[in-house]
Amino acid sequence: HQSAYESDNIKVLCRNPDDYVRETTRDIQRVPRNYDPTLHPFEVPREYTRALNATKLERVFAKPFVASLDGHRDGISCITKHAKSLSTVISGACDGEVKLWNLPRQECLRTVQAHEGFVRGICSRFCGTSFFTVGDDKTIKQWNLEAPGYGVREEPINTILGKAVFTGIDHHQRESTFVTCGQTVDIWDEQRSSPIRSFSWGVDSFSCVRYNPVETELLASCASDRSIVLYDTRESAPLRKVIMQLRSNTLCWNPMEAYYFTCANEDYNLYTYDIRHLDVPVTVHMDHVSAVLDVDYSPTGREFVSASFDKTIRIFPKDKGHSREVYHTKRMQHVICVRWSADNKYVLSGSDEMNIRLWKANASEKLGLLSTREKAAAHYNKKLIEKFQHHPQVRRIARHRHLPGDILKQKREQREMKEARRRREQNVRKHSKPGSVPLLTEKEKHVAAVVE
Amino acid sequence: MATATSSEETLFNDDERKHKKLLEAISSMGGRKRKKQSERSEASVQVSEFFVNAEGTGEKVNISDLLGTVEKTSGASNKTKKQLRNLQNSKGTLALPLNKQQTEKIQRGIAYEKTTKENQKAEQIVFPLNQESSGPKQVEQVVAGWKAQTPLEQEIFRLLHSNSQPVNDPVLTPVEEASLKAMSLEEAKIRRAELQKTRALQSYYEAKAKREKNIKSKKYHKIQKKGKRKEFLKQFEEMVKTNPEGALEELKKMELSRMEERMSLKHQNSGKWAKSKAIMAKYDDSARKAMQEQLQMNKDLTQKIVVPSDDEHESNEEGLETVPDFVNDPEPIIDPVNPWMRGQLTHEEPEVSCVTTDEPQTAEQENEEEELIGEFERKRKLRQADEEDLIPTEEQKPESEVVEEDVVEVSDKEEEEDEEEEDVSEFNTLFRFMRSEKTLEEDEEGLLNEGQIRVRNIEDLEVLAEDVDPQPIAAPSLPQTAVGEATSEPPNKKKSEIDLKEVLTKDAKVVQVPFLPTVDHDEQISIIKEAFAGDDVISDFIKDKRKQEAAGKPKVVDLTLPGWGEWGGVGLKPSRWKRKRFRIKMASSPPRQDRKLPDTIISENRNTSIASHQVSQLPFPFQNTAQFESCIRTPIGQTWNTQGVVKKMTKPKVITKLGAIIEPMVKEDFINKTTTSAGKGPAIMLGENKRANKGREWSSAKHQGRRGSQKRKKQQT
Repeated sequence: HQSAYESDNIKVLCRNPDDYVRETTRDIQRVPRNYDPTLHPFEVPREYTRALNATKLERVFAKPFVASLDGHRDGISCITKHAKSLSTVISGACDGEVKLWNLPRQECLRTVQAHEGFVRGICSRFCGTSFFTVGDDKTIKQWNLEAPGYGVREEPINTILGKAVFTGIDHHQRESTFVTCGQTVDIWDEQRSSPIRSFSWGVDSFSCVRYNPVETELLASCASDRSIVLYDTRESAPLRKVIMQLRSNTLCWNPMEAYYFTCANEDYNLYTYDIRHLDVPVTVHMDHVSAVLDVDYSPTGREFVSASFDKTIRIFPKDKGHSREVYHTKRMQHVICVRWSADNKYVLSGSDEMNIRLWKANASEKLGLLSTREKAAAHYNKKLIEKFQHHPQVRRIARHRHLPGDILKQKREQREMKEARRRREQNVRKHSKPGSVPLLTEKEKHVAAVVE
Repeated sequence: MATATSSEETLFNDDERKHKKLLEAISSMGGRKRKKQSERSEASVQVSEFFVNAEGTGEKVNISDLLGTVEKTSGASNKTKKQLRNLQNSKGTLALPLNKQQTEKIQRGIAYEKTTKENQKAEQIVFPLNQESSGPKQVEQVVAGWKAQTPLEQEIFRLLHSNSQPVNDPVLTPVEEASLKAMSLEEAKIRRAELQKTRALQSYYEAKAKREKNIKSKKYHKIQKKGKRKEFLKQFEEMVKTNPEGALEELKKMELSRMEERMSLKHQNSGKWAKSKAIMAKYDDSARKAMQEQLQMNKDLTQKIVVPSDDEHESNEEGLETVPDFVNDPEPIIDPVNPWMRGQLTHEEPEVSCVTTDEPQTAEQENEEEELIGEFERKRKLRQADEEDLIPTEEQKPESEVVEEDVVEVSDKEEEEDEEEEDVSEFNTLFRFMRSEKTLEEDEEGLLNEGQIRVRNIEDLEVLAEDVDPQPIAAPSLPQTAVGEATSEPPNKKKSEIDLKEVLTKDAKVVQVPFLPTVDHDEQISIIKEAFAGDDVISDFIKDKRKQEAAGKPKVVDLTLPGWGEWGGVGLKPSRWKRKRFRIKMASSPPRQDRKLPDTIISENRNTSIASHQVSQLPFPFQNTAQFESCIRTPIGQTWNTQGVVKKMTKPKVITKLGAIIEPMVKEDFINKTTTSAGKGPAIMLGENKRANKGREWSSAKHQGRRGSQKRKKQQT
């Protein structure tokens, strides 16, 4: 019988099992899909709706504040990251106390009375075994990062007595040298009690000095005579000096582009410079309404975070003139120091009212491990927002930020002042000989001179 | 007595002698002491200037005093001896070294140039890998925290320390030595060579500066000036391309110099010198030449500078804006009875071919997937082209006509022209100003909208939308009215003065509805017939359209008032002349877009609810609207693309690994990145170790393997 059936010409519907059978049980089910565009019309309006929804959700989920670490008994003057461990940060306060924090547990691990008076600067050694502090008591102290055993007193590994107050410290990326600033910029070997080099240019004190993390021989410092000075440790003299209209408080090198650094200025702005063309800043970052006190780059070198006296933190893309994010809380006072965590996820801020705050670097990002589909959805949403960013509704929602009333008021005031200044300048130009009042761009206004 | 006196005398003499001796002794002691004080017994880093002995002031030190012994020593070579003798013979004194400030400035300049140059190199060129020095390290670095305790160890350390400093190296200054100390041995060697070179450079610069300062020769300066001018001309050519603003400034300077030249009589051969030369010129060839040179100079300086105009650009733009002919063609009617029967998706061959020729076929696609996507893209384009076909654009008035009219107008009203011109120019500048303001606002693209409204949920966002009235609603309405004016009333202004291109932004696009795939032809007919059995849809539609057209037509405004100039009352009509005079006919509106489409009504009213969602200006990175539209048109979602494509399109710019520390860039990293960036890898991977990369490679290989196996299976079946 079977053979008889076989011989008959029977037509059976037949499909290739490869089209509908998954290879392993762990794979997701194969869903046949026809991508013919006629079956999926209205692609632009549909994607636009999705983009709008994504933007709205992004704003709704934007909850950047993660935690507040309290325990200091005076304003936080400096924070530093542990070189090897993401979960540890070290902070110094205005009463000379230094605290080590565990971030995931949000608790203080250790407290050290490091100095009398302010702790002016902290930096951790590149190997993550010890850290250095400088204070108002004219000393540099090196501390072990591991806590002493039970009953053993907290003692620094090494203490160096200086002649003048040190205001800042930074450690070399790979070698056992560090640099301090105060009356002069000194380079120290860890094993010696006197500086191996010291630079000075004029008789000014310095507020901040930083090693270039890539070109490790380069140094930059902010001086109190409104200037930024560049040094090369291989040379016998400082390289160059930029004098600005107002003083720069701190500066930070871009960790991924060796020739760029950004300085936080007293005139409410931040300036990014290219060391090859110091006469004009590459970008002027404006948005703060009071002096900018600290700045730190994200480890990816794409963005940086700035702390200001106006009680806010702002995040700027490195090549944009305005901030993409502003963080503030009711209780946060003048923010003195700020750091971006080494995994590019968090921002730490230390403020006057004795708290260290932990923020997400991306306000609406979901924390923790994401499943593949979650990740894909997040990427798609991000891309959609980017694609439709110029559409007025999307832009309006994406840009909306809440700001406390007084800051808003100040901002309006300053805008008015700026407008008035502009108008005045315009009038002067109109009523003077053509060409006698030159038209200066915003970038050109702030650099007074470059001294060789 | 005498003996007594003599004895007294002898006593006195003895005393005197003793006293003298004592004084001598004291004086000699004092002198010795003073001498000792002037000596320095210990070596110190800083030598005080107050401590230096000034004994030999006023006496000149000769070279022979210093080097007298060299002549006698057999070790010194003859050459050096000869050089020394030459030196001795030369009478000139050496120049003072430059002052400290200037030397430091030169040093800094050289150092800065070198450092920045190195960094520029870092942007492109591969650095030497592995800069770790393999040479001996300092003992302190190797054994940190170890201290010498036994006397022997201390002794050894002392020795080491004392030897670590090179004692006699005449090449380096103490400052440079200090900088050397901060380095390892191998680096130090390289640095020393560098420093030597730097010093050589420095001395060269110093010498040059000094030399140039001293030169008083006019001729030298003249030549220098000429050389500079030549160089400048060379640079100017490049400047025009690279830095047009700077070039413009230079151009202005040149213009100024030309003006000065034209005003002065400097090179006109009218001076004293020129007159004397003119007398000589008869007999002397060189004098004649000099005069001619002067005249040539004058000619060169007074020559006018020609700037190329931008005419070509404009003509190009006009060319771009013309609309292809097929857009205006009426739609081919398939079913004359039923206007609903047009929704045909299948297209004839020729049209397809014409569209495909538009876009050059990309080279053979290897992947099936990509091929598929390409096909979809083509279909999508085709469909969009189809949609565009639906809307014929309005007919454009030939420009030549307009221009002719303009000419007539101008001849008629020449007096008014000036005023008008002023008005128009004012309008133009105003408009430009407005636009610049707008662009200024646009520049602040990244600006956050900071306000006091907190957003907590979606409803808040909606409220926000109502609160902030979207700006572009009013702005886009401008173009349409402007178009109406431009086409309806004959333009009474010079066309060249108001440039419409500046005033008019692009028309907002009408949202177009694509056709749904239709069912079978006969079936559809029967369905429609059944559905509309009772009513006459077509005539209804035509009526509706007429009504719409009528509503759109301009109405006659009747301004006649009864009783003015004549009797008024019940039953009296205003006279004809009055009607003629006070009934005003408005200018006819531009032709409707659907006038050639009997089965379509295109509403020409602006829909403000859509306008608030539309982009009013071309965003910054895009060059033209076509670019922007194509960017928006391409969908990136999973609904329209295969998974692989979606993944590729939504790839984020920066990927970070959770819980990994991202170290600052190291030079080796950079080198790797530059080599890999040549391949495809737009996303930057940060904080990922090599293992992770390997894993990815492995997984992709597996993926490909799987695909390969699938293909094989297909072939088998």
